[in-house]
Amino acid sequence: MAKSNKPIIWGTFAAGGTLTAFVTPVLMVLTLLAATGHLPEMLGYDKLHAFAAGWFGKLVIFVILFLSLWSQAHRLRCTFYDFGARADTLVAITVYALAGVGSIATLVYLARL
Amino acid sequence: MTENRMGTRQVELEVLRYNPETDQEPKFQRFTVPCVNEWCVLDALNYLKDNLDSTLSYRWSCHMQVCGSCGMMINGEPKLACKAMLRDYAGVIRVEPLSHFPIERDLVSVADDFMAKLKRVKPYLIPGEKRTLADGEYKQTPAQLERYKKYAMCINCMLCYAACPEYGLTPKFIGPAAISLAHRYNQDSRDGGRDERQEEIATSEGVWECTFVGACSDVCPKHVDPASALQQVKVASTVDWYLEHFMSWVKK
Repeated sequence: MAKSNKPIIWGTFAAGGTLTAFVTPVLMVLTLLAATGHLPEMLGYDKLHAFAAGWFGKLVIFVILFLSLWSQAHRLRCTFYDFGARADTLVAITVYALAGVGSIATLVYLARL
Repeated sequence: MTENRMGTRQVELEVLRYNPETDQEPKFQRFTVPCVNEWCVLDALNYLKDNLDSTLSYRWSCHMQVCGSCGMMINGEPKLACKAMLRDYAGVIRVEPLSHFPIERDLVSVADDFMAKLKRVKPYLIPGEKRTLADGEYKQTPAQLERYKKYAMCINCMLCYAACPEYGLTPKFIGPAAISLAHRYNQDSRDGGRDERQEEIATSEGVWECTFVGACSDVCPKHVDPASALQQVKVASTVDWYLEHFMSWVKK
């Protein structure tokens, strides 16, 4: 039996999973702080907007969103599989397409900043 | 049975019975077994066979969690019957053969599928460096031993296969124990057989069938943690893939 090409997908899944495990909780805490008006001055809207408008900020945001979307798409695919849904190709195309749409949307929004 | 200082108890056992020569399908049979509280389920089965129904079939050998023969479903969970203590169960105890395997007779499951998969992954040392007797022994540091010691604890009891939902859904999956044992030898500093094993386990019916449910590690009676072995194999196979496709000049 030939070796599988699954590493292409799994690589982004593993990288995204590791990244989201560290970054997502931080983003959630910051969002909650922002929502309750307790955000420190250095993380204010103007400062963050300026960061996101620079090429480095765009790159960071894109990598985080792209990897998060791909890892969660793959996690959803695995969850469907674990629950016994055998239409793996259909599920895979759907969830990866959603991740793809999300990634393109991220690119478009970042380009317009 | 007379009163014992440890206390006795009537245990209701609901045992799955199946005789391929006479039965159309398996069915449960209820037994009341006088047990000592400190017994394990295997003791209760032994009492049952010796005193109540000698036709009951099940596998066992060591009675001390070493041989891996007495794996069965106890109240729906894969357990070694010698490790499942009666004092931990109340009410009727339901005993069935391991899930996901065909039944040979009563509590005996057919292990052929697992045995064939075990053979495929070459779970034995393939020396990386040939040495003659005069060269002396293969030496290993404690740190090198530590890399695979945990995975060497596997006793082939197949509880992880009974627990794995992926194996239940896709029987061609090589499965937790066989891949963990392949990993055990891949991690051994004396071994040079990784490439041969990767041909079997870095495939879609190998490690990539695993979705990291983790049930294998929950039920493992020897704390092998097969799920961690499979995750390590995935990481290593992913690195291999990138090396093979983009940096084929780099030696793995």
